[in-house]
Amino acid sequence: MEDKQLEAFEIDCLLGAILLRYGYDFRNYAQASLKRRIHNRLTLSNLQHVSEMIPRILYDEHFFSEFLCDMSITVTEMFRNPEVFKFIREKVVDKLRTYSRINIWNVGCATGEEAYSIAIILAEEGLLNKTHIYATDYDNQALAVAKTGIYPANVMQQYTENYLKAGGRQSFSDYYQARYESAKMKKNLREKITFANHNLMQDGSFAEMHLILCRNVLIYFNQTLQNSVLSLLRDSMVHHGYLVLGDKETLDFSSVANDFESVDKQRRIYRKKRLR
Amino acid sequence: MKKSYQAIVIGASMGGMEALKMILAQLPDNFSLPVIVVQHQMRDSDDFLAVYLNRHCAIKVKEACAHELILPAYVYIAPAAYHLLIEEDKTLSLSVDLPVNYSIPSIDVLFESAADVYGESLVGVVLTGASADGSQGLKKIKAYGGLTVVQDPNTAEAPKMPSAAIKVTQIDHILPPDKIGVFLRELTNDEG
Repeated sequence: MEDKQLEAFEIDCLLGAILLRYGYDFRNYAQASLKRRIHNRLTLSNLQHVSEMIPRILYDEHFFSEFLCDMSITVTEMFRNPEVFKFIREKVVDKLRTYSRINIWNVGCATGEEAYSIAIILAEEGLLNKTHIYATDYDNQALAVAKTGIYPANVMQQYTENYLKAGGRQSFSDYYQARYESAKMKKNLREKITFANHNLMQDGSFAEMHLILCRNVLIYFNQTLQNSVLSLLRDSMVHHGYLVLGDKETLDFSSVANDFESVDKQRRIYRKKRLR
Repeated sequence: MKKSYQAIVIGASMGGMEALKMILAQLPDNFSLPVIVVQHQMRDSDDFLAVYLNRHCAIKVKEACAHELILPAYVYIAPAAYHLLIEEDKTLSLSVDLPVNYSIPSIDVLFESAADVYGESLVGVVLTGASADGSQGLKKIKAYGGLTVVQDPNTAEAPKMPSAAIKVTQIDHILPPDKIGVFLRELTNDEG
């Protein structure tokens, strides 16, 4: 058996072990990034073969939590791709205004930067009081950070620039309290966001959404998992609800392509069609 | 006896835009291989580079999209602030992981994943740049039996990157940029 095949076999065994032991199913992750992350962990742990990780995963919960962290690494920021948020503010918000209650789902929220960004937009548009934002991830460590709403002060400069490019109308510093090296998001934003554990690989729908942000989540999944997640999102939305993907993602190759219409191609904003 | 190749990966950094233009402009619009490119860019760059190269080249140049099927006669450019990888089923994959060699996209990330998929059927090209990115990836391409090409550092706007690649790997061909396009065309027996 070639080394390459052997390693593919080892990765299958590892993912099987993780599923059986901890219930996390990474078998439908896109292989290239997954493999890279596994190799990084292998090097950091001074191990040679992927299969050597299996006993560590099975018997050492701390090792597994590190692995989980590796798998959920996402580099995010507030108002990432500010033009997307500007578009939401200028074109989507007026449609949301017509609802008596607004539900927003931020899928794969990681440490929460995007959830706070959308909360700020709605606050400035006078809609935050009738809005609830559900921000979910499978990584409890990231969620813990998100719930505190505390970020390093040195990134606030970049976030301020993004905020202004996204059409921000006030001073970004109105939204946080700076203290020493950190900045804590204000309570009126935090209390409108429910950060909760939700695993796209196994959990279902939990509310009817008017806007779903699912940016740079699907890039890590293979076609099968993408399609099942997209079906879940579609079924979690009102008719004419909005779906926002990452700026290099598209519904074009997916099984739900016909269930949505493109609102803005470049910014990857879609709207659910009235079905049947 | 000619080996048959399935894909070309190119990595470039400082000074890369002009080198890429020179090389890609020599490829015909029916080129028989796909070309996948990482050019280091500012993280808030738009798709200017792909648009610019597409305007100046016969071969079709576009920015890479997540999960896109890799086709011959296309040049795919890694978008700013994303790593670009190749999947076993010959589709493109993006990630927003941490930078590698201070870079996202990183040339090593592309080259290493491409070597996994294409093995000896891969051609790796390292161009001008003031970084050491790409050298580990090119080393892996060589180790897996692929073909390695590096821009002659004397012709590079920034010689550090090609020199770093030459230092760690026995390179098959060291060429000035105006010869690289012709060289790639001849590899495929495509008419220019």
